[in-house]
Amino acid sequence: MSKKYWEKLPQGSVVLEAGSSAKFKTGGWRSMRPKWIEENCIQCMFCWMYCPDMSVKVTAEGKRAEFDFEYCKGCGICALECPGKKGNKAIVMEQEGK
Amino acid sequence: MTTKPLRLRELAKGDERISHGHRMCSGCGAPIVVKQVLMATDYPIVASNATGCLEVSTCIQEYTAWKIPWIHSAFENAAATISGVEAMYRSLVKQGKLEDRNVKFVAFGGDGGTYDIGFQSLSGAMERGHDMMYICYDNGAYMNTGIQRSSATPFGANTTTCPAGDVIPGKLQQRKDMTKIMAAHGIPYVAQASPSSWMDLMKKVQKAFEIKGPKFLNVISPCNRGWRSRTDDAIALSKLAVETCYWPLYEIENGVTRVTIKPKEKKPLVDFLKPQGRFKHMFSPENAGMLTQAQEYVDAQWNQLLKEAAAGEADKAE
Ligand SMILES: Cc1ncc(C[n+]2csc(CCOP(=O)(O)OP(=O)(O)O)c2C)c(N)n1
Repeated sequence: MSKKYWEKLPQGSVVLEAGSSAKFKTGGWRSMRPKWIEENCIQCMFCWMYCPDMSVKVTAEGKRAEFDFEYCKGCGICALECPGKKGNKAIVMEQEGK
Repeated sequence: MTTKPLRLRELAKGDERISHGHRMCSGCGAPIVVKQVLMATDYPIVASNATGCLEVSTCIQEYTAWKIPWIHSAFENAAATISGVEAMYRSLVKQGKLEDRNVKFVAFGGDGGTYDIGFQSLSGAMERGHDMMYICYDNGAYMNTGIQRSSATPFGANTTTCPAGDVIPGKLQQRKDMTKIMAAHGIPYVAQASPSSWMDLMKKVQKAFEIKGPKFLNVISPCNRGWRSRTDDAIALSKLAVETCYWPLYEIENGVTRVTIKPKEKKPLVDFLKPQGRFKHMFSPENAGMLTQAQEYVDAQWNQLLKEAAAGEADKAE
């Protein structure tokens, strides 16, 4: 007999897989989309530190890479905190789907 | 263990120990706080979490954002829960049933879960002297259930249980000074931090983990839904909170107070209040006195803190 969904869950409300929320994509929440302008990026990593959604990818060398749009909710903290280069922001917010 | 160096590029190579895919609101301050706390150290951490936004949104059914052992028990007992886990760990190590891996025990709670409903269990755990750290992410109201006032809600703020209108102009009382109340427990380390000063926050966490006994860290955590502000200003507002001395960054180590970051120039409190819709009514002419009252309270608290810090300096010089 096939088990019902809830019968397959571990007993006692235990979650056995660490970080399993990664299976839940929150990128669909976004209405504004951050755009990374690499030539203005000084690699300060503030965007990475201040991202509430762990949605700034980092290379093995610790350098900033593209946004993780599967999870980014488009809050815009990164764009506001971005110091940019010579007054030019390395992150700007754009309307999603434009 | 040597203390982990706090360079952003080095830190960014590491694991945040809290995953994306959590369901905190867009632009919430709390996950930034948690990330900074967990990344400050490489020690294994076991955490408990009081009911509230952080708990509700980071562990839904079989989806957990935590990459550390994490327990949710109830709203009022995060401190009691983790104190029990800590006691069990100590006992098992003593009995030789568990190898001591220098595990650190942490409780996270919102201000409702800390200042109000979890207060007695927190006070008890501190008094019993457990080797644990309690971290309050203070967003200044019961946000998860729809912005009800707590004893951490600032004077004048509009919440659903102290609504600004014809009858009252928002919350009538000043905040409870929880950080000082925790210091009055005589525990070895108490501090206040802000995610905008990430280095300061992480240094405090590092320091606290090297101290045996109960520790308390109070961290300001902007909530754009409850503060009626923008989704991108969590860091900007927490910075303004520090610069206006609404949320001073300080620590009390073995009874000695030290201001860890003193703003170069103390900004007027309105700089912090103005961008937040919860204080909007305070800017109408008939409520002008409220702004003065709020500023006077912040000034008095700040001056008192400076006095305590000066006394600490004098102590050290002796
Ligand atoms: C004993 C008890 N009373 C009430 C509730 C309902 N409740 C769930 S979360 C919450 C608010 C939590 O507020 P706070 O601790 O400030 O954290 P926040 O949601 O603001 O992050 C309340 C009242 C509960 N879970 N348990």
